[in-house]
Amino acid sequence: MIPAAFDYVRVDSVDAAVAALTEHGDDAKLLAGGHSLLPLMKLRLAFPSVLIDIGRIEGLSYVRQEGDQVAIGALTRHCDVNASPELARHAPLLAYVAGKVGDPQVRHRGTIGGSIAHADPASDLPAAVLALGGEMVVTGPSGQRVIPATEFFTGFLETAMSPEEMLTEIRVPTATAGHSYQKFVRRAQDWAMVGVAVARYDGTTGVSLVNMGPTPLRAAAVESALASGASAADAAEVADQDSEPTGDANASPEFRRHLAKVLTRRALEEAGL
Amino acid sequence: MKVSIEVNGKKEEHDVEDRTLLVFFLRETLGLTGTNIGCDTTNCGACTVIMNGESVKSCTVLAAQADGQKVLTIEGLGTSQDDMHPMQEAFRQNHALQCGYCTPGMVMAAVSLVHDNPNITEAEVREGLEGNLCRCTGYHNIVKAVLAAAGSGGGDL
Ligand SMILES: Cc1cc2nc3c(=O)[nH]c(=O)nc-3n(C[C@H](O)[C@H](O)[C@H](O)COP(=O)(O)OP(=O)(O)OC[C@H]3O[C@@H](n4cnc5c(N)ncnc54)[C@H](O)[C@@H]3O)c2cc1C
Ligand code: FES
Ligand code: FES
Repeated sequence: MIPAAFDYVRVDSVDAAVAALTEHGDDAKLLAGGHSLLPLMKLRLAFPSVLIDIGRIEGLSYVRQEGDQVAIGALTRHCDVNASPELARHAPLLAYVAGKVGDPQVRHRGTIGGSIAHADPASDLPAAVLALGGEMVVTGPSGQRVIPATEFFTGFLETAMSPEEMLTEIRVPTATAGHSYQKFVRRAQDWAMVGVAVARYDGTTGVSLVNMGPTPLRAAAVESALASGASAADAAEVADQDSEPTGDANASPEFRRHLAKVLTRRALEEAGL
Repeated sequence: MKVSIEVNGKKEEHDVEDRTLLVFFLRETLGLTGTNIGCDTTNCGACTVIMNGESVKSCTVLAAQADGQKVLTIEGLGTSQDDMHPMQEAFRQNHALQCGYCTPGMVMAAVSLVHDNPNITEAEVREGLEGNLCRCTGYHNIVKAVLAAAGSGGGDL
């Protein structure tokens, strides 16, 4: 399969990427690792007329501890997030989850920025950043702004970024008080049928759900049950509250709701609750 | 656009359409048909090659993205019985192929895996090859071959 024809533009800076997005408007798409976009283009489900390759912008692949946060450059690949000693030390949930994405070949190409900007509710990393209460740094024609993860995912494959903006950095709080990621799959290499991420930090517990609605979801009912002293098993019983799982060839909505509860209990217990 | 890619140690400069995928550049522009296309949807791993020392699925990389990079294909490992790479030799010794369609991609993925982790365990081999499908062997002999090669240069690039 061959994508529809497009013009390939390679940029070497964030400013050039933003300028190209501004110039080409809706016809253009950024290309990072290409492991969500190229498959869609090959299936002709996406057909941008201009591809702006940001993959070679220098200085956007890094993991840095900054005070009580860890900053991750948008072009950091899944394999590098997975292997990062800073993340293993300061935000181990993220390192672990990155190692659960796809397979080694996918992790050698896909980037954390691409995964989060793509905002697929079945993706692993957006849910991890949401459970961690992270934030996204985006750069546009009028400079930088910071969007909390809780406001970033606005709809199915939709985010709070405007079309001329680029995601440049992801920040998560240091979170070392316990974590877990439960990814339910039936076959090797599959996407999560349902997933649950838990991160404990600053005396709070963040819980988020994969594939339980049109966006990655924060399990607010579980979080408030825990905050008011519920046990892990009791809190897990409300895991599907306010979710809208769909049915597909892999699972019915009812089965997804059931999985969310079971996986939430397992995740909370693994995180030490 | 003009791309210049080092393939199996040789610099290849060609004018290609912007939308050319690396696998078509290898197979059609260069005639290196050892790299197979199976699913064409990034699932089966038959098209796996090594770019800058790491396994990638060449059906999901643009030739433009590989521009200026180093690519190693199965032809770069060895093309005759006398000059086989230790991983190829281990596949032969362990009967790790039947129809052979998945084999080039499987071998390239395995070399990358062992390159990164020379003391690899059986469980790590099974997990590490999850992006490569084989419809014939049932995987057991592939795993045996990778473990055998791990101790004897199977990860050499
Ligand atoms: C076989 C296979 C299995 C997979 N399995 C999983 C899995 O189990 N779990 C999972 O979570 N993911 C999975 N993925 C998806 C993978 O993680 C992708 O790498 C990731 O979703 C996208 O990252 P990318 O860098 O490849 O982005 P690209 O494909 O390059 O871009 C994706 C989208 O984001 C936009 N974009 C990219 N970077 C930026 C940026 N910095 N700012 C603004 N917009 C940007 C692009 O314009 C595009 O619309 C799988 C992919 C494949 C091919
Ligand atoms: S042909 Fe590329 S992964 Fe199947
Ligand atoms: S040997 Fe036939 S597909 Fe693997």
